[in-house]
Amino acid sequence: MATAEKTSKGLSPDTLKEFLREMLLIRRFEEKVEERFRAGELPGFLHVAIGQEAVAVGVCRALEDDDIIASTHRAHGHTLAKGTHPNALMAELYGKVEGCSRGYGGSMHLYDVENGNMGANAVVGGGLPAIVGAALAYKLRGEPRVALAFFGDGATNIGTFHEALNLAQLWKVPAVFVCENNHYAESTPAHQQLPIEDLTKRAEAFGMTAMTVDGQDVEAVYRTALEATSHAREGRGPVFLLAETFRLTGHYIGDPQVYRPKEEIRELRRTQDPLDRLRATLDVPDDEWDAMEREIAELVDGSVEFAKNGTDPEPQDALKNIYAE
Amino acid sequence: MPEITYREAVRDAMSEAMRRDGDVFIMGEDIAEMGGSMGVTQGMLQEFGPERVRNTPISEMAIVGAGVGAAMAGMRPIVEIMYQDFTTLAMEQLVNQAAKHRYMSGGQLKVPLTVRTQGGAGWSPGAQHAQQLEAWFVHVPGLKVVFPSTPEDVRGLLFRSIYDDNPVVFFEHRTLYGIKGEVPAELEPIELGQGRIHREGEDVTVVATGRLVHEALAAAADAEKEGVSVEVFDPRTLLPLDEEGLVSSVKKTNRCVVAHEAIVRMGFGAEVAALVQERAFDYLDAPVERVGARFSPLPFAPVMEAYVIPHEEDVLAAIKRTVGRNGNG
Repeated sequence: MATAEKTSKGLSPDTLKEFLREMLLIRRFEEKVEERFRAGELPGFLHVAIGQEAVAVGVCRALEDDDIIASTHRAHGHTLAKGTHPNALMAELYGKVEGCSRGYGGSMHLYDVENGNMGANAVVGGGLPAIVGAALAYKLRGEPRVALAFFGDGATNIGTFHEALNLAQLWKVPAVFVCENNHYAESTPAHQQLPIEDLTKRAEAFGMTAMTVDGQDVEAVYRTALEATSHAREGRGPVFLLAETFRLTGHYIGDPQVYRPKEEIRELRRTQDPLDRLRATLDVPDDEWDAMEREIAELVDGSVEFAKNGTDPEPQDALKNIYAE
Repeated sequence: MPEITYREAVRDAMSEAMRRDGDVFIMGEDIAEMGGSMGVTQGMLQEFGPERVRNTPISEMAIVGAGVGAAMAGMRPIVEIMYQDFTTLAMEQLVNQAAKHRYMSGGQLKVPLTVRTQGGAGWSPGAQHAQQLEAWFVHVPGLKVVFPSTPEDVRGLLFRSIYDDNPVVFFEHRTLYGIKGEVPAELEPIELGQGRIHREGEDVTVVATGRLVHEALAAAADAEKEGVSVEVFDPRTLLPLDEEGLVSSVKKTNRCVVAHEAIVRMGFGAEVAALVQERAFDYLDAPVERVGARFSPLPFAPVMEAYVIPHEEDVLAAIKRTVGRNGNG
């Protein structure tokens, strides 16, 4: 994005405050989604990204406007960070024509092609092969673009991950694979689904460049992601970027989280909240913070208002968009 | 008109598209130096180079998925899946990804991907190298399904499929690669969704696909000797289906046999039978007859394989059953 300073030096406080604002937008948006879901207003199956905001913002800020992403079932944060207006996102969650997927997709299938979001995928690992193909297209056409996939630690167990990374490395395509390791595949903890601890070994097995970053530190995420995208963009091959992060909420809204102790969440919220960490670093004064909160609250409330006033699709519109003419 | 083989016709369609359009490229297993396990892509590496004729690892999920991504990024990729049995490995990418990106995006994306594959029994490969799985794909909104039976059709339909803005699953029949047929001197695309009457007749319509088109034509010639006039209709594309052409043929002949090499139960013929009873019930003088493989995996021993899959005599027997009845029961 044009506003970020793409240097190896420290980011300016102003830039970091922009990051903070975007992370706060995701946080408050997700809290509003939880609230409206519990109020019975939102249909479907919803997964919020509370705790993982720094990965979305740090990575997307390192992308150029015509780079593309593929996202996951936990897609709201990536979608906002890639430039979709909260109105279009909220309208989609309400199933409205004004939604970013026109009401055809929903929370797990968010698209915004103009902004480079080629789709959130409800099949774990399902979007990875397409990222290889898009990156191949850029390589064949000589375009300096990067295709980037978000996915979780759980996806590193599925076949598409291994086939996609193998092919990407074999063909040296400009792809970046961002693994958000939040340590749970739905409810299943790492020790029940992963026989190794360091997931970069999986990428290194294909000979792929691998990087690891503290996913709760947005500046570090940004720097590492910029290194990864530059590597890919310059034709040096794909990169696996492992972001160690934490889901500070359940897998889905309403998840009772019987699989982890309440103390774990309390402790993570106290020590691993990416917003708290950045705010502390920046030493944002209360009045500035409050002003940011008010602006974001207005934006988020406005998105709910926009969505509720949106247009319901005609039922028979279900039969449109199945085929391109 | 020149005469070429079905195999040459497939290659011709791809090569012509690749000469005209830099966005078209092909990827698949063993398609480069080896020229494909069926020899379809022979010579293409030499003409187009390794960037556009891409050998891949044995990774059906990734190959199809990469095709999806390249298509969404504006290319017109052709993916070859060596045997259609192996499309089962890529079902997630075909069914959940290729078929649904346009829909889930509310029409923002298109996926102009062609997935070519082949199959067909009669050479005793056993249970995992010769299945006919086209019925799996016609159940999926968002996909198109093509299954040509002649050199002319395979060339025109493949060329058209490459330029279709939707994912097309393109079935070739292994035992047809060597057959020869006349093709127009200039490559003429054939629109999807248009059936072809291979032979006109008065007494019964045989709706046939793939190898069974040829079995049906042989059966029709035999039936004629016994005074039965058979019309042979090849839908050529199963999705979209030329319902008008099919139904109007049955309304003319008042009888229908549907014949394919795939297993009868829940096969494409079941849909044809349903369509005919919905749209031409009052015209029928006999129940719709279905011809296809028995409900069995393909066995290895040649005598068992021949027993499981349908042949000309099965089509002929079905024709006789339908004409043996009349409208009065």
